[in-house]
Amino acid sequence: MSDESIARALQSDAPLTAAVRQRDVANAVAEERGWHEAALVGRTITINRPRAELYAFWRDFRNLALFMENVERVTPGDDRRSHWVVRAPAGRTVEWDSILTEEVENELLAWESAEGADIKNAGRIEFRDAPPGRGTQITATIVYEPLGGDLGKLVAKLFQKEPKIQARRELRRFKQLIETGEISTAKTSDAAPQG
Amino acid sequence: MRALTWHGKHDVRMETVPDPKIVNPRDAIIKITSTAICGSDLHLYDSMIPSMEKGDILGHEFMGEVVETGPGSTLRKGQRVVVPFVIACGQCFHCSKQQFSGCENSNPAETQDLGEIAYGTAMTGLFGYSHMTGGYAGGQAEYVRVPYSDVGPIVIPDGLDDEQVLFLSDILPTGWMAAENCQIEPGDTVAVWGCGPVGLFSIQSALIQGAHKVIAIDHHPRRLELAKSLGAQVINYHDVKVREALMAMTGGIGPDACIDAVGMESHGFSIDNVVDAVKVATRLGTDRAHVLREVLMACRTGGRVSIPGVYGGVGDKIPIGALMEKGLQIRTGQTHVHKYLRPLLDLIGEGVIDTTFLISHRLPLERAPDGYKMFKEDQNTVTKVVLKPDWEKEAA
Repeated sequence: MSDESIARALQSDAPLTAAVRQRDVANAVAEERGWHEAALVGRTITINRPRAELYAFWRDFRNLALFMENVERVTPGDDRRSHWVVRAPAGRTVEWDSILTEEVENELLAWESAEGADIKNAGRIEFRDAPPGRGTQITATIVYEPLGGDLGKLVAKLFQKEPKIQARRELRRFKQLIETGEISTAKTSDAAPQG
Repeated sequence: MRALTWHGKHDVRMETVPDPKIVNPRDAIIKITSTAICGSDLHLYDSMIPSMEKGDILGHEFMGEVVETGPGSTLRKGQRVVVPFVIACGQCFHCSKQQFSGCENSNPAETQDLGEIAYGTAMTGLFGYSHMTGGYAGGQAEYVRVPYSDVGPIVIPDGLDDEQVLFLSDILPTGWMAAENCQIEPGDTVAVWGCGPVGLFSIQSALIQGAHKVIAIDHHPRRLELAKSLGAQVINYHDVKVREALMAMTGGIGPDACIDAVGMESHGFSIDNVVDAVKVATRLGTDRAHVLREVLMACRTGGRVSIPGVYGGVGDKIPIGALMEKGLQIRTGQTHVHKYLRPLLDLIGEGVIDTTFLISHRLPLERAPDGYKMFKEDQNTVTKVVLKPDWEKEAA
């Protein structure tokens, strides 16, 4: 935390991902974890539902595959470990184990990828009450180690070259699913006859 | 099915395309019985709207008969419904405030990005209006898929013709909300710039809502005639200086409320990225922003400004001094259609509102490309084109 801007960002009540010098924050994260580099992604969204309901939905990690576009499945292991299988371009998949590092009921879930992960990543989801009558505010913060080489390219494609876009789309799908019971689409069903 | 598809500037075609299907639980499929060409469709026709793709099905003013429902739909087969052009989920914060045109969920996640770049916030899903607003197929077709069909469509009782209720889907509530945004008080004079369909319905609505006097401003003689027939006094801006006339007609005070039913030629969806936004808005700000400027200069001190006309990018030389020094209030926005369906349907049923005077042309759907061309080229006599998918079948 030598850099003054990081300290300032951390003092602020705003999420880290809103830091003006975000790269400095990411560098500090990378240094802390011994990664060669870190990318930082974050997003806050308001969902018109009670905090406990949202927390419970998210805590059952199997549900995440319902709205995360590229996640094929999340299999819970023991209480704190889950296995992620993520679809990648060209029919490949990337996989890792994720370990829950912090859990405060109805408030916070934090995780970090286990040793040997294809993509080293960590993150936290915070749940806060929105102003009265407005449901819950969810802030997702994710850091990951960008990779070089083939796998890096694959990961870049996976995150649609812009992880921020990916993150906000995932949260919007989550909101749609929870609030409306379905995920909005203008695409026709695959089963629809063409022509 | 047969549908009107967009292919580029002044190039719309009737084509055979796949039938829509139920995709999500709350969907319904509607067999279109009547659909209209909206003034804002001309912006698509003029290729002003980025994020259109070849083959997109147009149309956002439509009604028809329910032919299929998903398990979450509350509609029943055989019901006649009018469908709002705004797609709203009914469950998000904005919907709970009846701000349906701010629905946070109806635009699919992957098409919300453009609005966020252009406006700081994603747009709501609309039928048949580019991929920035969701890329939904429109209703100038034989059938259409209606998402959230338990929230949007209103069931029409027997005894009311299509033509009496069709405009509930867009222009009637748009004109009504434009007048409502004027917060009309007894004795008020309301000035309306633009006597297209929305302007005319604004005039009608302002009078119903209690305006003492409505002054309509346009240059098309036929449209001014229609405004007059509704009870408005008129100004032809080709012949008269608008602000001076308004001052004279309001005892030197200015109108209490002003409605800009013109908007920019470059309208709400004409931005696909920041570069385009700046380019398009700069190019078009010159010829259309003058209505908003004129409104702000003409409105009386402490008056209200209502903007149903669509603005898309950034405008300059807006008289911010007049706005502040005169203490004007501005209210604007895409129409919260769902909010107005029931009360307006009731007013139609009671005979208080008749919208059919606006229809100048009725064509089989198959002739939709002609309809666009006519509407584009002769706005004086072509006030509204209604398309009927059934007509070619009857003829066959």
